[in-house]
Amino acid sequence: MYNLTVNNREVSVDVPGDTPLLWVLRDELRLTGTKFGCGVAQCGACTVMMDGMTRRSCVTPIEMADGAFVETIEGLDTPESQAVQAAWVANDVPQCGWCQSGQVVSATALLTEIPQPTDDDIDQAMAGNICRCATYQRIRKAIHDAARTLEG
Amino acid sequence: MTEHTRRQFLSASAGLVVAVTLPLPGRAQSGAAAILGQDAPTQGDFAPNAFIRVAPDDTVTVLIKHIEFGQGPYTGLSTLVAEEMDADWSQMRAEAAPANAELYANLFFGMQGTGGSTAIANSYMQMRKAGAAARAMLVAAAADEWGVPAGEIEVAQGVVRHGASDRSARFGELAERAAGMRVPEDPPLKDPAQFKLIGTEVQKLDTKPKSTGQATFTLDVYREGMETVVVRHPPFFGGRVANFDPAPAMAVPGVVAVHEIPSGIAVYATSTAAALKGRDALDVEWDDTEAETRSSEEMLQAFSEAAAAETLVAEEAGDVDAALEGAEQVIETEFRFPYLAHAPLETLDAVIEMRDGVAELWMGSQFPSLDKPTLAQTLGVDPSYVIINVMFAGGSFGRRAQPDAHLAAEIAAIAKAAGRDGSWKLLWTREDDLHGGYFRPMTVHRMRGGIDAEGNIVGWTDVLANQSIMAGGPMEAMMDKGLDPTAYEGATKMPYDLVNFRTSWARMESPVPVLWWRSVGHTHTGYATEVFLDMLLEAAGKDPVQGRLDLLRADAGRDRAVLERVAAMAGWDGQRVKGDRGYGIALHESFNTYVAQIAEVSNDNGMPRVHRVWCAVDCGVAVNPGVIRAQMEGGIGYGLTALLYSQITLLPGGRIAENNFDDYRMLRINEMPAVEVEILDTDHDPSGVGEPGTPPIGPAVGNAWRALTGQTVTRLPFTVGVQS
Repeated sequence: MYNLTVNNREVSVDVPGDTPLLWVLRDELRLTGTKFGCGVAQCGACTVMMDGMTRRSCVTPIEMADGAFVETIEGLDTPESQAVQAAWVANDVPQCGWCQSGQVVSATALLTEIPQPTDDDIDQAMAGNICRCATYQRIRKAIHDAARTLEG
Repeated sequence: MTEHTRRQFLSASAGLVVAVTLPLPGRAQSGAAAILGQDAPTQGDFAPNAFIRVAPDDTVTVLIKHIEFGQGPYTGLSTLVAEEMDADWSQMRAEAAPANAELYANLFFGMQGTGGSTAIANSYMQMRKAGAAARAMLVAAAADEWGVPAGEIEVAQGVVRHGASDRSARFGELAERAAGMRVPEDPPLKDPAQFKLIGTEVQKLDTKPKSTGQATFTLDVYREGMETVVVRHPPFFGGRVANFDPAPAMAVPGVVAVHEIPSGIAVYATSTAAALKGRDALDVEWDDTEAETRSSEEMLQAFSEAAAAETLVAEEAGDVDAALEGAEQVIETEFRFPYLAHAPLETLDAVIEMRDGVAELWMGSQFPSLDKPTLAQTLGVDPSYVIINVMFAGGSFGRRAQPDAHLAAEIAAIAKAAGRDGSWKLLWTREDDLHGGYFRPMTVHRMRGGIDAEGNIVGWTDVLANQSIMAGGPMEAMMDKGLDPTAYEGATKMPYDLVNFRTSWARMESPVPVLWWRSVGHTHTGYATEVFLDMLLEAAGKDPVQGRLDLLRADAGRDRAVLERVAAMAGWDGQRVKGDRGYGIALHESFNTYVAQIAEVSNDNGMPRVHRVWCAVDCGVAVNPGVIRAQMEGGIGYGLTALLYSQITLLPGGRIAENNFDDYRMLRINEMPAVEVEILDTDHDPSGVGEPGTPPIGPAVGNAWRALTGQTVTRLPFTVGVQS
C-alpha cells in the first residue's frame, strides 16, 4: 500500500511497487489528463509535478512516489498555470492535443521558476516535450504571452 | 434524407413531435442504438437534419462526420453551419457523428471516412446547406409564432428578429416550434460577400478541453470491470506463432488470460502495468517461413535494380528517349527514401464492450465504414448491433486510416477470444507502433534529365520503385491498368512544361504492410522532383525561382501565384547564399492545394539547421485562416522530422532496428524553425490543408543545403544522406 497526495487529495493505492505512477494515476485514480506516449521518458506526454519538480510519470515507480505530493494537469491551479492555459487557448495551441497536458505542466513549471523566460530558457525547459503535430511555434508564443500576463 | 422519407417517418412516429430526424436508417434498423441511447436527441431539441441539433438551452451542436485529430474539422464544419444559420460562435458545439454511411459519408469517397485532406472540401456545400435549412426552419417558426411574413424576419448572431413588431427570440426558444416546420429542399445559400464567420479565425472548439486535460480520447475510456490487453506481435512481417507458453505470463499477478489471436498473442490483465509485465514474461517461438527477412539495404538494392528494368508507364509526353539522346548534357540521379512510421503520439488503441449481443467500440476510427463491418464479421453479429464511438485521436497522419481495418479486427478478436460479455481496452506501446508496419513505402526514384545548349530542359524521366498501398485491399478496385497513383502522385501532373517526359513505376512486393503517410506519394515525389529540378536549373545556369516561373505551364496560374508570393515574402533576390545561410525553394501541389516554401538553413556540424521558413498557400476559400496556418506550421514540422531524422530500418533477418523515440527521433521545440504563412485570397472551392504543407519542406531544405554546401542529399534521412 502506497500513500501519496494527488491534487491535494490523500490517496492510498494497493499496487506492486514497480507500477509506474502514470498507470496509477490513470488506471487507479482515473486522472486521464496525463498521457502515455513512449513509456521511456522520451516524449513528456506523462509529465506531472512531483514535490515541486516536473517528473516523467511513466518511469516513476509508485514506490518512489510514496509520501510524495503529486500534481497533474487536473490539479494545476496557480497564477502561472492559469496564465499558461489562458495563453494556450488564446493562441489555439493544440492540434491533436495528446501532448498538451505535458506541455502545459512543463510550461507552468518553467514560469514558476523563471517568470520571464528567454527563447533559450524555453528551449531548455520544453525540449523534453515532443509535439508530433509540431505546435512548437505557438507553444513558444503562448509561453511568452503568459509571462507578459504574469508581469501584469 | 429526402422530404418524402422524413414525412413518412414523422407520420409513423406519432408522439415524437420533435427530435425525430437523427439517424433515421440507424434508428429504423437498430434496436441496439435505441437501447444504448446513441444519438437520441434529447426531448425538446430541434434536429432539422442529421447534422444539427438546437437545444432549448440555445446551444447548437453539429455532428461532425470527420474524425478530429488536430486538423480542425470540428471547428471547420461547425463554422460552415454557423455561417448559414447566422448563429453566434459562442453557442456552437461539436460532437462526433456515429458510424452511419448513409448519413455521414465523405461525399468524395462514398463511404464514411476521413483522409486525403478532404474534410472541408467535401463538406463545404453540404454543411452550408444543412445550416441554411436550419435557419429557414427557425425563421418559419418565428413567422408562425408571431404571425408575420417570414420575409420580414432577420437573423443575426443567434437571434431571430422581426423589426417592425420589435420581437425577437433566440434559437433555443424557437427550437420546439421549428422542429414542426417543413424541411426546405434547397435552401438559398449566402453570397460569399456576406460571410461573417467563414474567413475569420474563430476559436477552435476543441482548444479548451485539450489545454486542460479534459478532452476524452480512446485511452481515457474506462468501463466497469474492463480488462487491459496488450498483444505480442511477430517480430518480423509475415511471421507467425509457432509455439508459445502462456504460463510465465499467467504467473504475473493481475494477468487473467492469454489467448492466441490472428495477429499474435494477447495478454489480458486487470491493469495496464500487469498486462505489460505479463507480455514481457511471454515465451513465444516464431515461424518466419513466409516473413520478410531481407534487410532495408537489400530491399533498396532490389528496388533500385527494378527501377532500372522495364516498368509501367504512368504518364508520358513527347519523345523523351530521343530528347535525352540529343541533349547537350544529361544528369542522372537516384533518390532513396526509407520506410517511415507515422508515430502519432497517441499510439493505436481501442475499447470494446460486449453486452447482450451488442458490440460497442470506442476508437479513433478514421474509416468507420470499414471498421464497422469488420467488427460485425469478426464477432458474428449484425452490423446494426455494432456501435462505434469515433473518439478524439492523438494524431493519425494516415495511421488510423486502415483499408484492412486491422485495429478493429484485432480488438474484435480480443473480445471474441474472451468468449463472454465484458469490456477490453487494447493498447499498443510505442515499440508496437514502430514495429507494427503500415509504413510510408520505401521508395527509389531513378531520374534522368537532359539540357540543351541553350540551357533548356529538353527531357525528364522518373522511374519509381515501391510497394502499392492500394493493391490487395478495398481500394484495389480503383487501380487502373495495374497502376496505383498513390505510388507516384506528384511525379505526374507536374505544373512544369517539360515537353518530353515519362514517369513510370515498378511495383515491388513485400510482406511489410505499407500505408498512406501525411501526403502519401507526395512525401517522396515532392523531394525527388523539386530537388532534381533544382539540379537541372543550376546546371543550366538559371535562378531557382525565375527558372521555375519560366517553366510553368500557361494554365499553372495557381502554382505561379504561390511561387511569386513566397519569393516576395522571403525577399528573394537570386542570392542562394548570404553569409552562413543558404536558401532553397520548392513548389508542390497536393490534394488541390498549392504550396510554395523557402527555407533558410545553416550548417550545424554537418547537419542543416533550419532557421526560417516562408510558406505561401492557395487552398481556395480560406474557411479558418488560423487552422490553415496551424496546418502549414505542423506540416512543415512533420516533414522536417522525416527529412532530417526518420527511418525505419529492417535489419538482416527482418527485425526492425528502431524501438522508441530515442532512436526514432522527433523534431523538438529547439529545432522548430520560425514559420511565416501567407494565404492567397482566392475564390476557388476550398481544398484541404492537413497534408499539403508537408511535401515542399523537404526539397526546400534540400535545395538550401545544396546552395550552402554543394551537396545534393539523395538518400534520406539527412542523418544518413549527408554522410553518403
